Amino acid sequence: MLKDDPLVLPSFLRDTTNSDSALKKFLNGLSGVDKVGVEERVAKLGTRSIKTTAKAEGIDLAIRMIDLTTLEGMDTKGKVKSLCAKARRPDPLDSTVPSVAAVCVYSDLVAVAKENLQGTNINVAAVATGFPAGRVSLAAKLQDTADAVSQGADEIDMVIDRGAFHEGRFLDIYDQIQSVKRACQAAHLKVILETGELKTYDNVKKASWIAMLAGADFIKTSTGKVQPAATLPVTLVMLQAIRDFEIATHRRIGVKPAGGIKTTKDAMKYLVLIKETLGENWMNPNMFRFGASSLLNDLLMQRRKMKNGAYSGPDYVTVD
Amino acid sequence: MSNIDVKRTAKLFIGGAFPRSESGRTYEIFDNNQNFLANVALASRKDARDAVVAARSAFTKWSEATAYNRAQVLYRVSELMQGRREQFVEELNLCSKSNKHAENEVDEAINLMVWFAGWADKIAMVTGSSNPVAGPFFDFSIPEPTGVVAAIAPDKSPLLGLVETIASIVVGGNAVIVIASETQPLPAISLAEVLATSDVPGGVVNILTGSYKEIAPWLASHQDVNAIDLSGVESKAIALELEKEAAINLKRVLRPNTKMDGLTRIKTFLETKTVWHPRGF
Repeated sequence: MLKDDPLVLPSFLRDTTNSDSALKKFLNGLSGVDKVGVEERVAKLGTRSIKTTAKAEGIDLAIRMIDLTTLEGMDTKGKVKSLCAKARRPDPLDSTVPSVAAVCVYSDLVAVAKENLQGTNINVAAVATGFPAGRVSLAAKLQDTADAVSQGADEIDMVIDRGAFHEGRFLDIYDQIQSVKRACQAAHLKVILETGELKTYDNVKKASWIAMLAGADFIKTSTGKVQPAATLPVTLVMLQAIRDFEIATHRRIGVKPAGGIKTTKDAMKYLVLIKETLGENWMNPNMFRFGASSLLNDLLMQRRKMKNGAYSGPDYVTVD
Repeated sequence: MSNIDVKRTAKLFIGGAFPRSESGRTYEIFDNNQNFLANVALASRKDARDAVVAARSAFTKWSEATAYNRAQVLYRVSELMQGRREQFVEELNLCSKSNKHAENEVDEAINLMVWFAGWADKIAMVTGSSNPVAGPFFDFSIPEPTGVVAAIAPDKSPLLGLVETIASIVVGGNAVIVIASETQPLPAISLAEVLATSDVPGGVVNILTGSYKEIAPWLASHQDVNAIDLSGVESKAIALELEKEAAINLKRVLRPNTKMDGLTRIKTFLETKTVWHPRGF
């Protein structure tokens, strides 16, 4: 394993989090993101053609990487139950379709999801810390996290305080992530940067570093409640930060684009992006996830198309 | 200042936009004297798939629009066709028809659009019914649109046949993907420009240019297409193949060379819903 105790950093990075000014100095010292270069690289990789067997493998891999998500105010136990059934067996007509990686729900529905996923390897992820805005006190955030963990959540998706980011209080964000990480205990922590509210690629890079320094297991693009949500360029910036972090610390951080990824074509572009930026080590559900709901139906329809030779339609997959 | 001769790029019409073929392919079309006319987009199966997605997403709103509104929208199309009358005549003239013949076809096409537009708010009255039943129910039947319809327009009647195909399908609330005349697609492209500037919501009518032999099988086997109009298929063997593919999800099929009046044509793409409403409580 590459991961040591996630809260212990190598000595040359440890000092950067000693004080607000040291962290600020470190983050401002990161090289700027070449906007044109990033967008050009993404556009170039997006044109890569993935066909036949490679596509079939890509589709199954993408299904295995999905955090099947429902995050609505109107979520019911019944909805979570049916989502769990879908997570276990995405296509009722085809047992060769793999299960998804996790089911992602609000923290009060963790127990329902847990109960309906018994006997499977599917994790339960809970959004916590006052998702999606995160505008609650630290005490409430920690309580929210502890609740989800005590109900059996395997993964916690937290949001960072974007207000603090724009005020330049980087160390506060760092401290909050660390506190939440401790509250998570054994649960994996995904840190949502909400890149749509960070505005610039440089900010995304800085926020990625704060989260990784503070002990995030995953960094995640967005809540899905803010537009723009996950985009390819923003994900590339995060992937590059993860690569730099691995070089510096020998620790591998996972990544989860979430929100707005709806089609198989989108999913394939993300797979190309990870493969080209981080390589094989990230091409598995332990290191990469899609936060999505409608994406799964499109993957299933494409899978059937490859199998039967005819285009499938939304009448033949479940209504979420 | 000298005029610049700006040539029009003939593209597809999908979801209210004019994309090039996803495949990047084009084919050349020629006039009666084998003079080069234009490079036209050669649609691929993926363009057909995109068109189905566009049609499906447009269907809900269009089918729920009031019949009165649909009539107005289609009438507006005829208004805009009238404004482009000269262009249509010119395009039909390029391909073997006499000037008189071309003018007649355009006028007839415009009239036909008006005629179909008129049916929008009358079809339910003519084909619907209230049914006497042996029980305390008010029982009535109303026509409802079938859904997404794929159509192969007649090759030999590039405007009139196309207008008949499109208008008869969409007037009842369906969305359509139509494959235009392969040899004479220019009037179809102009009609797409008319539709784009009219009030027809994007995606209700999608026009593909290219070879129906290549695209139609994908539409016939597509599980999200609810009916297929084979009027423009000339080969019996191909029609049979397409009908077989269409049977997979029980599509409604309009066979080639079916002689029918306009009203029957509209009804072909409608389904009847019968409601039993309790009364006497």
